[in-house]
Amino acid sequence: MSEAHRAQGLRIAVPRGALFEGTLDLLERLGIDTLQVRENDRKLLFEESGIITMRPSDVPTYVEAGAADLGITGKDVLMEQAEREVYELADLGYGRCLMVVASEAGEDPASDALRRLGVVRIATKYPRIASQHFLSTGRQAEIVEVKGSVELAPLTGLVDAIVDLTATGTTLRENNLVIREEISVCTARLIANPVADKLKADAIDALVTRIAN
Amino acid sequence: MGARSAFSADSQTMLDRTPSGTRDVLPDEMRELRALMDRIRAVFESAGYGEVSTPALEYERTFARESARVSSPYRLFDEHGNVLVLRSDMTVPIARMVGSRYPSAPTPLRFSYFAHSYRGVRPQRGQSREILQAGVELIGAPGPEGTVEALTVLCDALDAAGLENFRVGVGDVTLYPALLESLGVERDSRELILAELATGDFVGVEHELSRLPLDEEDAQLLLRVPRIRGGADVLQGLNGPLQQAGAGMRTLLNLLEPRTAERIIFDFGLMPSLGYYTGAVFQIYDPAYGMPIGGGGRYDDLLGDFGRPLPAAGFGLDVERLHIALRAEERGRV
Repeated sequence: MSEAHRAQGLRIAVPRGALFEGTLDLLERLGIDTLQVRENDRKLLFEESGIITMRPSDVPTYVEAGAADLGITGKDVLMEQAEREVYELADLGYGRCLMVVASEAGEDPASDALRRLGVVRIATKYPRIASQHFLSTGRQAEIVEVKGSVELAPLTGLVDAIVDLTATGTTLRENNLVIREEISVCTARLIANPVADKLKADAIDALVTRIAN
Repeated sequence: MGARSAFSADSQTMLDRTPSGTRDVLPDEMRELRALMDRIRAVFESAGYGEVSTPALEYERTFARESARVSSPYRLFDEHGNVLVLRSDMTVPIARMVGSRYPSAPTPLRFSYFAHSYRGVRPQRGQSREILQAGVELIGAPGPEGTVEALTVLCDALDAAGLENFRVGVGDVTLYPALLESLGVERDSRELILAELATGDFVGVEHELSRLPLDEEDAQLLLRVPRIRGGADVLQGLNGPLQQAGAGMRTLLNLLEPRTAERIIFDFGLMPSLGYYTGAVFQIYDPAYGMPIGGGGRYDDLLGDFGRPLPAAGFGLDVERLHIALRAEERGRV
C-alpha cells in the first residue's frame, strides 16, 4: 500500500455507529483506502490505512492519550467529555443531530414538576450536558443516568423528561414524546492530539485543507 | 509475591490505599527516577543553577499575588488560624524566596529544584495530584538572552536524560491578544476567543470570529495565526501585524546554538494555562508520548510582586512523564 493511501502516516480513530458511513465516505474522498474497513465488521485495527475503529465515546480517550493522532466523533461526545485535552480542528458538517429536552405529549410533566415540586427529574446518557443545561437556565434538575433506551424512562414514571440526541425525531414520536427545548446542534468533528498537532503539523494541515475544500 | 485481590473473601483486614492521584514509588522505579534526576542535576549544576528546597506549605497570600494567582486546591489552617496552601508550582515559591532572601544580591540569580507540586484532579482520569518536577529559574536576565539560556539548559537536560526525539514548542503569550487588539476586537470578545483557544477549540474560535464585524481578510488572519507552527521556515515572509513577532522569534533563533535550534518548533498558538507568563513560552513534546512533558517561559512581572522587580524565565519538567516517554522511546527502538 502506498503512503498516499495512509493519510501520510497519521493514525485516525473512526467511530462505529451512526457516523461510520459518513466518516468512511469522507476518508475515501481524501484518498484513504477504506475498502478493508468496510468489508471487515469485527476487525478494529487497520495498519495499512492507519484507521482504528471504536465506539464514538471512546474516540476522545484514544486521541487525548496519543494512541491516535486524529479522531472523528460527534459534538455531543465532546460536550459530554469537555475536560478531554484534545484540539477540535474542524466541523465536518455531517451526522447532524439535535440535543433536546423531550417529555410525554400533552401537558408538559416537566414544567408541572418544576412548578409544584421545585425540581425536575431527567433521564439521560449525557449527565454533564443535561445538568449544565438546567443549571444555566436556572432550574433545579435531578439527573438519572441510564445506559440503554432513554425513551423508556418517562413512559414508566422514572422521570419527568429526558435529554437526548435525535436525528429525525422518529423514535421520540413513536414513544409519544415531544421535543420541548433544543439545547444544541451536534455534528461530526475532527479532533487532534495536541502533541501530534505540533509534531505532525504538515500532514495534519494538508488533511484539514483538503477537508475544507 | 502474588497480587492479592482487595475483594477476596479471605482478606483479614481492609487494605489502606493512598489518596486518589497519589502513589507509592517502589525501589526499581525509584532507582530509575533517581538516575534520571542525577543526569539532569549534573546539567543544571554545570550551568550554574544551584539546587534549592522550599517548603511544600506556603501562606495562601503568596499564591494570590497580582501576577501569580496560581490556585491551589489544598488549603489548611495552622494552629494560629493562618491559611496555608500546598504549593501548586515551584516558580512562585522561588520568586518569594528571592524577594525575601536575596533582596539586594547581584543578578542574574540561578536556581534549580527537584520537588513535588500539588494540583487538583478530575475524577476517574488517572491524573496525578502530586507532580514531581525538575526545573530551573533564571532571575534578572531579560529576553532574548535570558530566554536563550533557559532554552539551552532545557535542551541540554533532556539530551542528558537520554530523550532522543523531543521538540520544544516556542510561542509568545502576548502575540495573539495583541493581534486581536490591533484589529479592533473588543475586550469581551477577545476573552471569549482566547478561552476557546486555550481549550484548543478552533471550531469555537471560528464561531466567535464569525460573530464579529471583521474584514474577511482580518478574520482569515485571526484564524490562520494560531495554526502557524513548525520550523524556522514558518518565520519566513511574515508581514503586517506579524512582522514584529516573527522578528522576535528570528532573533531568538539566531542566538541559539545549532544543537538547541534544531529542537525548536515555533508555535504562534501556544497558550499555557499558567497566568504569570509575560512573553516567550515553551512546551516540551516527544512523539512517543501524547501529552506535553513540561513547559516554561518568561515571567517578567512576577518578581515585582515579591519586592524585586526583575525579568525572569524558567521551565519545569514533569519527571514521571519524562520517564514514561523515555521508556516508550526505548520500547519503540527494539
